Parts: sequence; structure tokens; C-alpha cells
Amino acid sequence: MNYSPAVAATGVVVRRGRTEILHGVDVHVPAGQVVGLLGPSGAGKTTLMRAIIGAQRTTSGTIEVLGRPAGHRTLRRELGYMAQSVAVYDDLTVEQNLAYFGRVLGAPKTDVDRVVGEVGLGSVRRNLASRISGGQRSRVSLGIALLGTPRLLVLDEPTVGLDPALRQELWELFARLAEAGTTLLVSSHVMDEARRCDRLLLVREGRIIADDTPDGLLAATGASDHDEAFLRLVERDARAADQDAA
Amino acid sequence: MNPRLTLATAARVLTQVRHDPRTVGLLLVVPALLIGLLAWIFDDTPVFGQVGPAMLGMFPFIVMFLVTSITTLRERRSGTLERLLVLPLGKGDFIGGYAIAFGLLATLQALVAVAWAVWGCGLDIEGSVWLLVLVAVVNGLLGTMLGLLASAFATTEFQVVQFMPVIVAPQILLGGIFLPRERMPEVLQTISDWLPLSYSIDALNLVQSGGDAGEVLGDVLVVAAFALGALVLAALTLRRRTR
Repeated sequence: MNYSPAVAATGVVVRRGRTEILHGVDVHVPAGQVVGLLGPSGAGKTTLMRAIIGAQRTTSGTIEVLGRPAGHRTLRRELGYMAQSVAVYDDLTVEQNLAYFGRVLGAPKTDVDRVVGEVGLGSVRRNLASRISGGQRSRVSLGIALLGTPRLLVLDEPTVGLDPALRQELWELFARLAEAGTTLLVSSHVMDEARRCDRLLLVREGRIIADDTPDGLLAATGASDHDEAFLRLVERDARAADQDAA
Repeated sequence: MNPRLTLATAARVLTQVRHDPRTVGLLLVVPALLIGLLAWIFDDTPVFGQVGPAMLGMFPFIVMFLVTSITTLRERRSGTLERLLVLPLGKGDFIGGYAIAFGLLATLQALVAVAWAVWGCGLDIEGSVWLLVLVAVVNGLLGTMLGLLASAFATTEFQVVQFMPVIVAPQILLGGIFLPRERMPEVLQTISDWLPLSYSIDALNLVQSGGDAGEVLGDVLVVAAFALGALVLAALTLRRRTR
């Protein structure tokens, strides 16, 4: 068992043009856990994830991923990333999409079958990606991230637009992957997905406003569910910001 | 760069094209149709013999420019390029894959167009027909590389299509199809010396008049050098990290 963190970031600042998107963020993702990155849209979740996978330049701060600096070339085989936009080729079949990305990764040929099963696309595997439903397309995108059995999965809103039954299935898959030793960083703006995570990071306006377990968060805020807990934290954070300004 | 990944990328691009038979059909048939039309318009005049070879060079250039700029713009916009660049794919594999795939398409297109022009429309060629095909293919590659480069400066399909007249039209006007370059004003002549299409049109005219094959190859090398330059610049626009 490896107890060193999968992601350890300190003081991460990202500035794009004149706007500062992340204002000195610390992130700690323990290995083998499912960590939820929650927050309203525009909070900086995607930017933070892209910085962790090494696709976003940081202005300052350090990010260590699996013990190496973010963006290190040896990490490319060990990271699985699913962006919010469905980054698949519409004019290839589901299978062909998976096969191509698998070849780029050097993943074993059997991976395509494994992944098709894991994301439940067996019935449409020979269909063009442009001819399947939106939910199926996003599962192709998730499937690509699962190729090559990466040690760290960074998933940007993987369950958006899926029906409750499918969401449930995917969260069960995430739990199974974590049990097998994979670390997952999953963003969402649906708070009821929070209770399925081992740990939660709450992001608001480019800052982490809470880093706790789901139960710890309820206890700390005295809220009865995570929606309410989040609202209370946001309120507290906004009040603190107002006092700072005054 | 890794040959396995370059070939995998080329195969992927060709599979995508294969799923779009209408594009393939248009790619292969339209140049031939236009050459046929040109031959018909200038029936009984020497004009077709003069501009026909240049047309054979222009089609692969224009078509490959359009096809590549739009497909790579799609890759940039859909997120597939970002996805590939966080994977162990080299920039050279990406560009090389496109060059191989579209190079093959350009070859196929050139073969159809040249065969039709020479045997269907009776275009007189003193030199080797294969040299004609070679020039056409190198032109197609040049179009592919410039298209890759242009896609970096466009954010929408509308913009990238507008690049076509910007990049292509001046080269055609100054390339010596309408007026031999020696008879243009000196400034324009100097500008045309710096445009790759001038050299391919020169090469095509040489092949047609049965000029020295060495000179033709010299021109082809210049065009290939331009294509290589565009390739290097295009590679610089592929960034693993965005600001």
C-alpha cells in the first residue's frame, strides 16, 4: 500500500490574462480514495483539474502528482482525464475511438472490451459516436479515461446529463476502482453526489473553502444534508469576504 | 516521434474519412469535373494546354488546405487535441499522422485528376506524367501543412474558411498563371519569389514543355521546404499547456 498522496498542491495560483482564476489553492488527494471536487460553475474546478493534469500553466505554487511535478512526461501513461466537453471523434465508432486512444497509450488490446463493459456500452459499440445519445457519448469519453488502467483518474463532471440509475452505476464503478487502488478526483455541481465520496473539496470563487469527509462536513456545519452544508459554508465564506472588504 | 503512434494516427484519420464517403467522392471527382469544364471552354484554343498543368497543381493545394484546416480546427475545439496532448502522443506523431493520411488522399486525387486531364481531355504533356503527379502531391502536402497552421489562428469554422482566400488567392494571382511572372511589376515579382505556389506552377509548366527534370525537382524541393517550414510552425502552435 502506498500512503503518499496522489496529488499534493500548495499555493496554486492561475492567472489567465488579467483575471486570477485560482488564488493560492492547496489540494491534498490521498491515494486510493474518491475525492469530490464540488462547487458552483465558474468556481475554478475545471482550471484546477487541468492544472493537475498538466494542461494548464500555473502562475505560482507547486503541484506534485504521484510524486512528480504536474505535467511530467512519465505521468502521461498514469493519468486518465475526462474533460467536460465530450472529447471523442464523432465520425468514428465507439470501438474505434477506444482502440485509437488505447493505441496511443500503449494499452493492451483487451482493454477495449474491458472498458466497453465497465461503462456499459456493449449494445452500441459498433455505432458511430455521432449516432448515440448524449449520455452514451459522455460514457465513451469516460471509457477513454479508463484505458490503460491509470493510477489517477481526473474526471470533470462525469455524471452530468445522466439519469439517476446510470449515475448510481457510475458511482459504484468509481468505488470499485478506488478499492482496486485507483485514486479518483471527480468534480460535480450536484451536491447529492457528495455523500458517495471519501473526501470532499469545496471550491468557491477560486478558493478551497472546505476540505473534509462528507460526515465531517455535516458535523462542522450542523446541516442535515450536503446541499445545506454547502450553502452554509458559502454564506460563511461570503460574510468573511465582506468583512475583509469593509 | 514514434512510428507506431504516427501510423495509428494516420489510420485513425483515414478511418474518419472513410465514414464520410460523400467527402471522398467530392475530393476525387470535383477536380476532374472542373478540369473537364476548362478543357471544354477552351476547346479549339491553346489556352487549356497553357493553364491545364497549373490547375492540376492548384486543386490538391486548395482542397487539402480546406480539409486539413477544418478537421484540425475541430480537433482543437472538441477537446480531442487536448486529450491527445496529455497522453503520450508526440506533436510530430499528430502532424505526421495527418501528413500521411492526407498525403495519401492527395496522391489519389492527383492520380485521378492527372489521368483524366491527360487521357480524357487530351492535355499535351512533353515531360513525364509521374513528375506531374509528384508536383501535385507535394502541393497537396503544402496545403495540409498550411491548413494545420491556419487552424491555430481561427476559433470558428467561418474564420478558417476565410483564411482560404487570404492564403490561396494571392498565390494563384502572383504564381504566373494569368501572366508570366517575368512580365509582372518588379515588386510583385519579388513577392511571388517568396510564395511556394510560384515554384509549383513553374515546375508544372516545365513538365508540360518537356523541361529539364532536374530543374523540376529543384522546384519541388523548394515547395517541400515551404511545407516543412509550415510543419515546424504548426508544431509550435500545438501546446501541451495553455496559458
